[in-house]
Amino acid sequence: MAKILMKGNEAIAEAAIRAGCEAYFGYPITPQTEILEYMSRQMVELGRTFLQAESELAAINMVYGAACAGSRVMTSTSSQGFSLMQEGISYIVCSEVPAVVINVMRGGPGLGNIQPSQGDYFQMTKGGGHGDYHVIVLAPATLQEAIDLTILAFDLADKYRSVVTIIADGMIGQIMEPVELPEIEPPQRPDQPWALTGAKGRERNIITSLYLGGPNLEEVNLRLQKTLDEIKANEVRYAEHMLEGAEIVVVAYGTAGRIAQTAVKEAREEGIPAGLFRPITMFPFPYARLDEVAKSVEHLLVFELSAGQMLEDVRLATRDRLPIHFYGKMGGVVPSPAEVLTEIEKIASP
Amino acid sequence: MERKAVFANPEALTDDLTHYCPGCTHGIVHRLIAEVIDELEIREITIGIAPVGCAVLAYNYFNLDFAEAAHGRAPAMATGLKRVQPDKVVFTYQGDGDLAAIGTAEIVHAASRGENITAIFINNAIYGMTGGQMAPTTLPGQVTTSTPFGRDVKLAGYPLRVAELIATTSGAAYVVRRMVTKPATIASAKKAIKLAFQAQRAELGFSLVEILSSCPTNWGLSPLEALEWVEESMAAYYPLGDYKVIDEVKSLR
Repeated sequence: MAKILMKGNEAIAEAAIRAGCEAYFGYPITPQTEILEYMSRQMVELGRTFLQAESELAAINMVYGAACAGSRVMTSTSSQGFSLMQEGISYIVCSEVPAVVINVMRGGPGLGNIQPSQGDYFQMTKGGGHGDYHVIVLAPATLQEAIDLTILAFDLADKYRSVVTIIADGMIGQIMEPVELPEIEPPQRPDQPWALTGAKGRERNIITSLYLGGPNLEEVNLRLQKTLDEIKANEVRYAEHMLEGAEIVVVAYGTAGRIAQTAVKEAREEGIPAGLFRPITMFPFPYARLDEVAKSVEHLLVFELSAGQMLEDVRLATRDRLPIHFYGKMGGVVPSPAEVLTEIEKIASP
Repeated sequence: MERKAVFANPEALTDDLTHYCPGCTHGIVHRLIAEVIDELEIREITIGIAPVGCAVLAYNYFNLDFAEAAHGRAPAMATGLKRVQPDKVVFTYQGDGDLAAIGTAEIVHAASRGENITAIFINNAIYGMTGGQMAPTTLPGQVTTSTPFGRDVKLAGYPLRVAELIATTSGAAYVVRRMVTKPATIASAKKAIKLAFQAQRAELGFSLVEILSSCPTNWGLSPLEALEWVEESMAAYYPLGDYKVIDEVKSLR
């Protein structure tokens, strides 16, 4: 299949369309706005549903409504907008309807800036909104991976009847690179006997996240936790580079993982036994595999475009059994591979 | 002797007992909606959205597909449901805190887009479910648990007139205010609800029926006194009337 040159945001949008996304609701915010713009043309031309909402609050609740109808639905936003969507995401998760949310992260806190950042790790992987829940979080490091994970996101949302998110950043959203767009058959979706399509020839369906009185809510909580257990058992994904004989392993995801991959390769060229462990599912985090990897190495170097958020999960995975170094950049500052290489060198020759 | 049923529960209502307080008018409005749905024979294609507030459990009382929205977001949720199933009838049922405070943006923009949905707006000038706090529609001077000295407009601002506000949007097709205090006003409210659903069926755009309602419990009045207060005090600030009826809706009458 021929590769074509695409911008990240547009590649994500096109991937969603090919995955059979039937409805898109969104609100402009840099650096993800090209997703909205791409959808505004393509979805309308395909006769699918596109609507620019009045806010991220409205957008996520439109997603909620369309999801209740059984529609394959998505929204996209950037960090500040994701904060606003947290309320709706909590409702969608509790209601057990499928939806996909793309977050192309930018700098924060506050209004921050529009540069690439990974500052939303906590709010995406640790629940984020109110109540006990997690959503699946997929982290692409290349545009091809962004396409593949976006397609996967819709299937996982259907499978677990929950929210699946893409944790991208301004770099993934804004760069261009050659990609392959898969031709996809119309999706085979599970039956949706729960959908709100009108109570014709059946009992009425009710979709709610309200469970007053007695043990009702606890039963739902336990069911949601059981689903999370299945997700943890089935959906852990990660990539490994040059772990053979590695003594210093960099742990990084998304754009940081991509930068680290170059740095690790250069370290090897210098004779430093470095490797890369790159989580792809940030939830469920690959705790067990990272723990295994850490058993045969001397040092871990966690590299993030944040103050150290995934760092906490790396420490949990390894229980601090080995030295864990951290290199982080905030405020939209994106280090070069050479800067990461310097950090590796410092560990190799203290 | 042959017995013939002349009065029954509408098919669009369940047999559940409601949790509403004695004298509350939610029950009347529920019944009117259900009767209209039966009369229009749209029960099997109608989807309701319940609010957060006293009607949060409305889905237990309507024999329809139903969703329960986040506070104020019912019009956005209705938008999503309707956009992907334009052949269905979608309505929201919202109180004044839900629609006119936390959900003001959602209702205004749904109306402005001409979203082909119907909003049934219950205005009882108070937050009922949380125990009687000031609503955006609480009248000047009205005592609530959060305006213990009466609503001071210098401190808490003025009540919002929703029907008048929504009527200014170009996308609204039918916007009226009614009350449900006695048989004549109840009959008029039912006609309005029916026309709102008919307007949606005819794909004419957004419709909203504001209904002045009573809350004896939180107003500290008897049911009868509460209905009198609706007629005398509320209707004075919130005049009944047709605030926007486009010609295509008039022709449905």
